[in-house]
Amino acid sequence: MNQISPVLWQFLVKWMTNFALFPPEASKIAPQMDALYFFMVLVSLIGLTIVVLLVVSFSILYSKQRHPHAIQIEGSTMLEATWTIIPLGLFLIMFVWGALLYFRIYTPPANAMNIYVVGKQWMWKAEHPGGQHEINALHVPTGQPVQLTLISQDVFHSFSIPAFRVKREAIPGRYTTVWFEATTPGTYHLFCTQYCGTDHSQMIGDIVVLTPEDFKKWLAGSTSGNSLAQDGERLFASLSCAACHNTRPDARGPSLANVYGSKLTLSTGQAIDVDDAYLREAILNPSQHITQGYAPIMPTYQGQVSEEGVIDLVEYIKHLDSDYRIQQTTTTTDLLPQGTGTAAGQQAKPRGKVNP
Amino acid sequence: MSATIVNLPDQSTARIPKVNFLTKENGLLSWLLTGDHKRIAILYLISITFFFFIGGALAGLIRLELLTPQTDLMATDTYNKVFTMHGVIMIFLFLVPSVPATLGNFFIPMMIGAKDLALPRINLLSWYLYVVGGILVIYTMVAGGVDTGWTFTTPLSTHYINTNVMSTGMAVFIAGFSSIFTGLNFIVTLHKMRCPGMTWFRLPLFCWAHYAASILMVLGTPVLAIAIVLLALERTVGIGVFDPTKGGDPLLFQHLFWFYSHPAVYIMILPGMGVISETISTFSRKRVFGYTAVAFSSVAIAVFGFFVWAHHMFIMGISNYAVLVFSLLTMMVAVPSAIKIFNWTFTLYKGSITFETPMLYSFGFMGLFTIGGMTGVFLGASGTDIHLTETYFIVAHFHFVMVGGMLMAFLAGIHFWWPKMTGRMYPEKISQMAAVITFVGFNLTFFPQFILGTLGMPRRYASYPPEFQVLNVFSTAGATILGVGYLLPVLYLTWSLKYGAIAGNNPWQATGLEWQTQSPPLTENFLVTPIMDHEAYDYEWLEAQQAKEVASAR
Repeated sequence: MNQISPVLWQFLVKWMTNFALFPPEASKIAPQMDALYFFMVLVSLIGLTIVVLLVVSFSILYSKQRHPHAIQIEGSTMLEATWTIIPLGLFLIMFVWGALLYFRIYTPPANAMNIYVVGKQWMWKAEHPGGQHEINALHVPTGQPVQLTLISQDVFHSFSIPAFRVKREAIPGRYTTVWFEATTPGTYHLFCTQYCGTDHSQMIGDIVVLTPEDFKKWLAGSTSGNSLAQDGERLFASLSCAACHNTRPDARGPSLANVYGSKLTLSTGQAIDVDDAYLREAILNPSQHITQGYAPIMPTYQGQVSEEGVIDLVEYIKHLDSDYRIQQTTTTTDLLPQGTGTAAGQQAKPRGKVNP
Repeated sequence: MSATIVNLPDQSTARIPKVNFLTKENGLLSWLLTGDHKRIAILYLISITFFFFIGGALAGLIRLELLTPQTDLMATDTYNKVFTMHGVIMIFLFLVPSVPATLGNFFIPMMIGAKDLALPRINLLSWYLYVVGGILVIYTMVAGGVDTGWTFTTPLSTHYINTNVMSTGMAVFIAGFSSIFTGLNFIVTLHKMRCPGMTWFRLPLFCWAHYAASILMVLGTPVLAIAIVLLALERTVGIGVFDPTKGGDPLLFQHLFWFYSHPAVYIMILPGMGVISETISTFSRKRVFGYTAVAFSSVAIAVFGFFVWAHHMFIMGISNYAVLVFSLLTMMVAVPSAIKIFNWTFTLYKGSITFETPMLYSFGFMGLFTIGGMTGVFLGASGTDIHLTETYFIVAHFHFVMVGGMLMAFLAGIHFWWPKMTGRMYPEKISQMAAVITFVGFNLTFFPQFILGTLGMPRRYASYPPEFQVLNVFSTAGATILGVGYLLPVLYLTWSLKYGAIAGNNPWQATGLEWQTQSPPLTENFLVTPIMDHEAYDYEWLEAQQAKEVASAR
């Protein structure tokens, strides 16, 4: 080949290397998804072959030249049942198999590392718990389940990683989650797949999969200094949340220590699991979520805190494991530097706060 | 060459009947104020063809832009407008009315032995509504277009886009009523206007398919109208139904929109399936295998079709258990389609098959619809949907069903009934060639898109990573061939209006009542109200009938 035509050879090599036919499998779920995919391809091919073979052979056998007089046939209950039951059976297998996969992809394991992703026209902002912020990129380690908690600041977006075979819409006003466990280090495509306006096709980025060691190095080298929880703590202080949510016996708001993951009874009598979505709702839309025994006096923080700010607060509340931590925050409030003009003073303006 | 069933009158003596629905009255007004279902069908045919070619030109622009990975032909905003207009025009102004408003309008009354539809003026009104919708769409294009995507996703369409959303919404709203009136008319007509002896189970399957589609039109379209009105109110006065900051829910719009727009794909495909039942039977000289199964599968599709809408929302964060239910129902709706394909296939068994153009298009339909249907199962299974949805896989699936399925069926139907509508035959050789060109071009255009989708290429992208280019080049190349395949029929069908061979009453030796009268038909369709004394697709009855005529002529 090489002797015949170096040009052609080069072309073929270039073609083969630049011509994708199947996406890489870079997550634990990808081979499982592909198994079902190829099963479906196989069934489709068999089905299509049967139809084409029948149509072609009937067309040849019963063409007008060969078979000038048609023989009328009513139908056949037997055949009718065959091609009802066999496809139905196959479709049901695909349904069950697909549903198992679906539940696996959208049910994160308990030990998953959570990363927040905020979508906005037209970029992805990822926030690691340690305070590493990324735009249009996401660094993840291999061998560690990673859960993404997605939200959109404006319109519907969709976070798609073809190499991982996962995708989830980022929706305004509510958290959605998806998880994956990367297996192969490398850089993969990140696409926004839900049409979101002018630069929809520019809302792309890189998923960088690193080995755990490299990931640790990356985390250490990319930190902004504050973890999300620390940012949340500042915000908590500056919004004076602790004025009510303190641990004093006469507090006007419930204590938030260990509230995450607990079961709350609301004033409506409804029992509710406290998760990210609930905390977000309770901050932005408090009148709908009054804990039993408390007065509905909390104002809404809608429009005052950005989605990133809410994430910081949620992350902070998640890590409140004792009354002592809240008291510390309360003390911080008193110590907030007031416009000293120093670097520390500038830093003190929490990043999640939206100026009216 | 191959044998044919075409049986034309002696061309030296044959004349188009002097009195027919085309010549009965003259002048523009006689068309614009007509109550004749056949004339309204012709009006529809002209208008949907017009919009088809506008939508097709936009599709050409999309494919040209995607020839290269960069956005070099147009700006992203322009590209977004182009694909939005392509979708809006093709769906609301072509696919939804295509077969029902033209062939259904023309032939349902004739097939059931009636003089007209039950509500002729409502029928005309529905065409006018369609035209108003069409004019609004043209206005939208001239005024700068709209870039919401044909799905009008909120809050993008309500809060973030400043193009002509209102006029497009109004166009869709008004065109929707045109569809409701057509459906209503068909339902009433099929219930009330059947000639003596025409029982439900003697109806041609074309009528069953239209009945099922009509139910969807009448029950589904109002929900679209509601969704559009809410969208308009949200945009103008900010009522907040879909706005999360006001306590609304953006997913609600998805529910409302897809509650119509999923059944809408069955509105589009069912009448096409009706056409295929007619052509396959006629060109294999056999009654449709398992008539009742085919008839009830249409109804089953209509019924199940209403309960699968949330499969468009599997990755939008609806409850996992809702996904389970909707995925299961989606699998259920795939079964009747499979039943139909096998019944058509076995209609060929022991038939006496010829390969005129309508039959070639029908074979194209069966192959492409099978692929389109099977890939629908990939998307209906919730697990694989996660990876494949919102990519070119779904674009390819939809186009296999709608273009490979519905458009092939539409062309099959147009060629099949052309002699009846115009009194003249289309030229056979060149039209067979057009059918083959369409088939080849179609596969080259859309098959690579399945691979692109599996690779993860998102839809509605004006630019893409360079490793996707080879497949996109194939797709664009195919689109040019497809374009030729669609232009050819326009040329030779127009040519045939003057130069085509005189068709006579029944060139295909078909059994439907519409073929037992002159071509083009009288305004009243029949001289005497026919009496249906045989089953549908009874070729023995037809032979006996013809033998009788020959005997009486002697």
